[in-house]
Amino acid sequence: MEQTSIITFMTTEALFLPIAMAAASGLVGCFAVMRRMTLAGDALSHVALPGIGIAIALGINPLLGAVTMLFFGALLVWALEGQARVATETVVGVVFSVALAIGAMMASGEELIETLFGGAGVLSRGELVFGLAASCVVVAFILTQKNKLVVMLVSSDVARTAGINVRLLDFLYLETFSLTIALGLRYLGALLMGALIIIPAATAKQLARSLSSMLIVATVVALIATLAGTALAGHLHRGTGPFIVTTAGAIFLLSLFYRRR
Amino acid sequence: MLEVADLSVCFENVQPLHGLGFSVARGASLAVIGPNGAGKTVLFRAIIGATPFVGTVRWARDARIGYVPQKLDLDRDVPITALDFLAARKTLTAVSDTDISRTLELVGIPPGATRTPIGTLSGGQFQRLLIAFALLGKPNVLLLDELTAGVDAPGQRQLNELVASLQRDQGLTVLFISHELSVVYRYAGDVLCIGGGTAHIGPPRVILTPDLLRETYGTDVDYHIHDH
Repeated sequence: MEQTSIITFMTTEALFLPIAMAAASGLVGCFAVMRRMTLAGDALSHVALPGIGIAIALGINPLLGAVTMLFFGALLVWALEGQARVATETVVGVVFSVALAIGAMMASGEELIETLFGGAGVLSRGELVFGLAASCVVVAFILTQKNKLVVMLVSSDVARTAGINVRLLDFLYLETFSLTIALGLRYLGALLMGALIIIPAATAKQLARSLSSMLIVATVVALIATLAGTALAGHLHRGTGPFIVTTAGAIFLLSLFYRRR
Repeated sequence: MLEVADLSVCFENVQPLHGLGFSVARGASLAVIGPNGAGKTVLFRAIIGATPFVGTVRWARDARIGYVPQKLDLDRDVPITALDFLAARKTLTAVSDTDISRTLELVGIPPGATRTPIGTLSGGQFQRLLIAFALLGKPNVLLLDELTAGVDAPGQRQLNELVASLQRDQGLTVLFISHELSVVYRYAGDVLCIGGGTAHIGPPRVILTPDLLRETYGTDVDYHIHDH
């Protein structure tokens, strides 16, 4: 059965999804790393878990539950960022760790492992369509808004005086980030998807010397990790998530030996 | 160009600004001075709408603000070049490559420095880059928060002269925060002095007096006037 699942996953049509997911992860991750939101982003990915648990309990599509919870998770991070009196990292850490615990309580053993770490399996038409459409949205957002995001990175006050709606752009970026997490839940799971967003971008930050080269390197690293990790997992008849993230981690380690001058 | 009335800013138990009022004429130069924590940067952030306040801030309808902040949100090791940063202007304002080249030349950034990550720029070059970004927005107001902090003495003089020439040649309105009282004395038309729960505004010769500075800073302040 597992052999069949992996073969199905690797059909030409279904191969588009991990490629699209990797491209979206690489691009969105660049700004997450440069915004120093790696920990908040990782914690945000955990919020998908109770969403999946609730959806299963209600008998609706688990992906819908995950996307809904991720939307509200990103909204929470955004609202906390606007409150100077709240230590955002602390609250995010507490809220999303509790979300992980609640999700774990609602899921059974095997279901929980797959939700946390991803799995292969046959793709439904709906998953494929959602994945490709969401990937296009993420890639389009980053490519069209990258200049404004750069100005906001340098200084939100400079961005504001340059006519950028900083709060709106921040909100849209966080929602794009959460959509990217939703994209990877199928293959990497709620625990590991954050890693595919962060590690290729962190690698690119080591190697690149300009924004465009960072975006390209991060996308290529995410693609290599996804395809090589998936192939390796298929060969060994194991879940895909850990192999994809381990491959990305190995590339990151190699990048440390070839840091840009 | 700017009118501020009864401006107050409050953070939890701290109220750095209380009932502040002043105005700045078009083409004028106003220096804001005061001790650390007096609320100078808070004032700038309030008048650009980046921090909540009570009171009135009224800009002229045609005001276009170029802002050079004291503190950046950016890690210095990100792979963003000066060109990446300036190119971002193209999506915000009608700016051509010629405009960018001309502005870089105006602020004194060598062409070779534009293709390296901005974290490798010196303090002076980085400040020039921020001025270039501000100027590409075709502003008629410049807000400069400690423009020359971390810049060596010759660089400080060049930057101050650059801003003075921009103000003179393009009729810009300039508001700047500085701890260098000799610079304030030389370049400001008026000085807003805040601190110690008080605020005073007037020409440098009236404001930069030992008694008023002692009242504001809570201690004697020495400074040397280079009035030439």
